[in-house]
Amino acid sequence: MSAKTLYDKLWESHLVHEDSDGTALIYIDRHLVHEVTSPQAYEGLKLAGRKVWRIDSVVATADHNTPTRDWDKGLEGMRDKIAKLQVETLDKNIKEHGAKAYFPFLDQRQGIVHVIGPELGASLPGMTLVCGDSHTSTHGALGALAFGIGTSEVEHVLATQCLVAKKTKAMQIRVEGELGAGVTAKDVVLAVIGKIGSAGGTGYSIEFAGSAIRSLSMEGRMTVCNMAIEAGARAGMVAVDDKTIEYVRGRPFAPKAEQWEQAVAYWRTLHSDPGARFDQVVELDAASIMPQVTWGTNPQMVAPIDGRVPDPAAEADPTKREWMERALKYMGLAPDTPIAEIAIDKVFIGSCTNSRIEDLRAAAAVARGRQVAKNVKLAMVVPGSGQVKRQAEQEGLDKIFTAAGFEWREPGCSMCLGMNEDQLSPGERCASTSNRNFEGRQGAGGRTHLVSPAMAAAAAVTGHFVDVRTLS
Amino acid sequence: MEKFQSREGLVVPLDRANVDTDAIIPKQFLKAIGRTGFGPNLFDEWRYLDHGEPGMDNSKRPLNPDFILNRPRYRGAQVLIARENFGCGSSREHAPWALQDYGFTTIIASSFADIFFNNCFKNGLLAIVLDAKIVDELMKESMTTEGYRLAVDLEQQTITTPGRKEIRFEIDPFRKHCLLNGLDEIGLSLERADSIKAFEAKHRAVQPWLFG
Ligand code: SF4
Repeated sequence: MSAKTLYDKLWESHLVHEDSDGTALIYIDRHLVHEVTSPQAYEGLKLAGRKVWRIDSVVATADHNTPTRDWDKGLEGMRDKIAKLQVETLDKNIKEHGAKAYFPFLDQRQGIVHVIGPELGASLPGMTLVCGDSHTSTHGALGALAFGIGTSEVEHVLATQCLVAKKTKAMQIRVEGELGAGVTAKDVVLAVIGKIGSAGGTGYSIEFAGSAIRSLSMEGRMTVCNMAIEAGARAGMVAVDDKTIEYVRGRPFAPKAEQWEQAVAYWRTLHSDPGARFDQVVELDAASIMPQVTWGTNPQMVAPIDGRVPDPAAEADPTKREWMERALKYMGLAPDTPIAEIAIDKVFIGSCTNSRIEDLRAAAAVARGRQVAKNVKLAMVVPGSGQVKRQAEQEGLDKIFTAAGFEWREPGCSMCLGMNEDQLSPGERCASTSNRNFEGRQGAGGRTHLVSPAMAAAAAVTGHFVDVRTLS
Repeated sequence: MEKFQSREGLVVPLDRANVDTDAIIPKQFLKAIGRTGFGPNLFDEWRYLDHGEPGMDNSKRPLNPDFILNRPRYRGAQVLIARENFGCGSSREHAPWALQDYGFTTIIASSFADIFFNNCFKNGLLAIVLDAKIVDELMKESMTTEGYRLAVDLEQQTITTPGRKEIRFEIDPFRKHCLLNGLDEIGLSLERADSIKAFEAKHRAVQPWLFG
């Protein structure tokens, strides 16, 4: 048998049917559901008189538009009535159609869908996993085939447990060598996107490999896979190794007893075989990666902390030049400004990219004993889940943050997309650990710079971007 | 899903690359629980001078006269042309819903983001990929010629310009079949219910921990 990529193995083990033109029916093991992209799917299901095919595949939570304050006031405390109706609609749909597990708004284990999946062991190696959310690629860090789908496909999976899809091409991104101190998974993935572009992965599933990826923690790998979609890829994934298995062991929904042994034996086969063919291979030298800061309105518009905002005049391609000019105008930045001279107004530490316990530890290590700078109007930390929040509180991280002048909030997507009241005002500049710096993403007219948690904390305490490695 | 009708339509050139789904339909409008009514908020931040929120009377809001969709000559456009990587960003199907609700039937670009591209076809919206050079030509012609219309023939896979130039486009045969016949993909997949059940039984035997 010929050598296979991890993607080949995951794809082939879920193939229900394939037409001669490659259109396939793929079986889905885990379906994560949230309030924003599911109401129309459940409605469609009902209108067609169909039932959920496999209830025990569904794990649901409310995360996108839930508030991060005033939880003591209960559901009634949700001031946004339209958002509240959406949250209630999810309650109603899950009650009516069933789920393996549901963590509604205010539940102890509620959280961002991509944080709670791995945390609960609801996302496992070898699975096909989908969610009506593009950052579903996160779960690929476990050696799973995980990707985001639209609402029609949510309905399709609910009704059939399958998706109609075609196999993508396979890309391997190898990051070899050792990352410098203070350089994190977020910097790696931003550097990758800077290199291949935000459409560089279109039509591909990306396997992240190489010694620098293997040396990342599972949470770091999740950060990398999370942003595979920002490179345009269908999915991101990392091969299973000891770290993967140790991470999954003992999680609430992980297999137990003999099934555990059986599962581990299978999971150990989930890697690309030596000599497996990729349609494209991209290599990066880990040692050359610096802490990264985006300067524009797309994640590929990124520069190292010691760099400068580029000058569009130097760009030969007219479409690109115009795109850069538009971005700089929106961002209120002049060409050639040193990145480290850009002052900020707000800081957001959170999102499915960087709201796990290690992210909060990294940010707290910088915030400890320091104060949020005077020019920073708001610095907020939003843990990814109730579990992350409790763990952080046990470790005293919340105290470090609040003593430094950060706000410590309840879990959810929050200012990553500003569907709740956590938003930027027009013109406000934010150091954000989230994944998208699109125009208006964090609030109409808001200006987002994507950074790692340590870099966000460093910006908070100095009031501008700064190389976190020079602080300690 | 309605059958895709091949017809001609007025073209509006949106001369931008990497148009993301946050721009197509900003997040505040994603709180709706229906599939319709998103058209007035398509490109909301570019289209209006004020900040839009759900529930506003959009007919009373100040339009941005500089935004291309607001120019009188493009009113009623059904074909949108844009540059590469159109629809990048989130999986929100509200993006194609908004484009369709506004009246677009066809989107032409030199490339599309993957999930957005998929979402278009699920809703009977035709997304056509053309070579960047051809997109550039069409873009320029539609800017210089008032009332520039393209005839889109899905059956023949051709686009015809006012100057009678015929441009062929590629489309996945399954997608074409579904669009032309307005087919319900879920219904089609359910015709394979027996295969799905057989697969499931086998899968459960191999990886029992995935079930229950
Ligand atoms: S945290 Fe942001 S990117 Fe992640 S699921 Fe929520 S809104 Fe999407």
